[in-house]
Amino acid sequence: MAYSNKVLDHYTNPRNVGSFSQANPNVGTGLVGAPECGDVLKLQILVNPETGVIEDAKFKTFGCGSAIASSSLATEWIKGKTIDEAMAIKNTAIVEELALPPVKVHCSVLAEDAIKAAIRNYQEKQSTESEKREPAAVGA
Amino acid sequence: MSVKLPIYMDNNATTRCDPRVVEAMLPYFTEKFGNAASRSHPFGWEAEEAVEEAREQVGRLIGATAKEIIFTSGATESNNLAIKGVASMYRKKGNHIITAVTEHKAVIDPCKRLERDGYQVTFLPVDRHGQVSPDQVAAAITDKTILVSIMAANNEIGTLQPIAGIGKACKERGVLFHCDAVQTVGKVPVDVEEMKIDLLSLSGHKIYGPKGVGALYVRRKDPRVRLDPLIDGGGHERGMRSGTLAVPLIVGLGAACDLCRREMTEESQRTMRLRERLRKAIMDQLDETYINGHPAERLPGNINLSFAYVEGEALMMGIKDVAVSSGSACTSASLEPSYVLRALGVGDELAHSSIRFGIGRFNTEEEVDFVADQVIKAVNHLRDMSPLYEMAKEGIDLKTVQWASH
Repeated sequence: MAYSNKVLDHYTNPRNVGSFSQANPNVGTGLVGAPECGDVLKLQILVNPETGVIEDAKFKTFGCGSAIASSSLATEWIKGKTIDEAMAIKNTAIVEELALPPVKVHCSVLAEDAIKAAIRNYQEKQSTESEKREPAAVGA
Repeated sequence: MSVKLPIYMDNNATTRCDPRVVEAMLPYFTEKFGNAASRSHPFGWEAEEAVEEAREQVGRLIGATAKEIIFTSGATESNNLAIKGVASMYRKKGNHIITAVTEHKAVIDPCKRLERDGYQVTFLPVDRHGQVSPDQVAAAITDKTILVSIMAANNEIGTLQPIAGIGKACKERGVLFHCDAVQTVGKVPVDVEEMKIDLLSLSGHKIYGPKGVGALYVRRKDPRVRLDPLIDGGGHERGMRSGTLAVPLIVGLGAACDLCRREMTEESQRTMRLRERLRKAIMDQLDETYINGHPAERLPGNINLSFAYVEGEALMMGIKDVAVSSGSACTSASLEPSYVLRALGVGDELAHSSIRFGIGRFNTEEEVDFVADQVIKAVNHLRDMSPLYEMAKEGIDLKTVQWASH
């Protein structure tokens, strides 16, 4: 299978790889997928609680090149966006940007799910003010 | 260190045709183009002579006589002919066939078709190394069993089966034994007499010969095996496989077998040494790397490794100048991980993380060192961005995590 140049670029130079401490109440973590399915995406957001703007984002992904590229792109896109704007990102936009073939569409779906799961986790943490929670695992 | 890129290290999929084989074939396209079935002129005689020499060469490699070799279009046809041909011919005697879950699709699918046609098929499970024991085969034989089909070595994981023991178990019960020896012939000694094999499939392109040609060994005595043909026509190949013989390809298959017979001992030692060099270099540098298949009883040039926390297709992207293959779902059309790895009880997550390296005649030590270096770099790159690796390092047991399967 031939990869698009954009997928290759994100694979070789992934943006925003890393982790935030989940103890920080301003961090939301989304963990989606399962090892036996061959994809696990962890996407984290660092939100400014005053403005609701995602100030930083990080990811770690176990999966094929398209899964890595989808998550890398997702972190790029959500940085600087408000939570509401990030919620509106659709997997189809990722498919288009990375020129993913049909067999790789599920990678983009996972990336969208990871964004939503991270936001949901952030909102839950904010509302309960709990110290530390396990990330919510949400399937595709 | 200079190596020519890309590097081909997928010799279980196919091999480069040996230039000596190509040279042997060439005259049979142009000057010596006769039909081997033409009895009335020298063009036909010349072609027939070349085919008969090839038959000798193929037979000699596996301890068979020339008369027991049937030329086919490849091992898929050989397997189909052996299984369906025996099933049809011996239908009155019984309707039970025994095979194993890790066989190639060219064995499994004909068996499944026969199941739909009213035959009973037992798919034997394998142990964690991918082996079937002679006792397992013996225990599965009933008075309805007409055929046992077990491969000599697995194409994905390289595990060798105890063929001589299985052959003996079949012989004791008077059941025919077919062996798909595509991966094994020319790499490891195979002898149809010693191993009590009644039918054996082999392929040209796995042994540095051309694609589009293979052979089926069909035993002629003790017992004389009979087959219903799949292809009817001019009655070529003792009526078992009609169709004008592909003389240039057959000459190539013969030449390839002849080279294997002469050079196998030395070549297998060399490919095994290279395989161990690769395995050691990788496993010394990377933790949580596992061998799939049998650690010792395996094809000399094959090593199949799983790199925990790293997905196989992503790893192949990272070693893009190296041609290998993966048991990962992402590389298959079905999006299912390898059924062979699953049959070993390797978890699906390790199946997704597997890479098969197939070292062959034309690989060099420099190439092996380059590949090891690339693999180590790519695995480290991917583990740095793997959430699973991070969680494992934090001491989280991944099996206790509530994953949402999709």
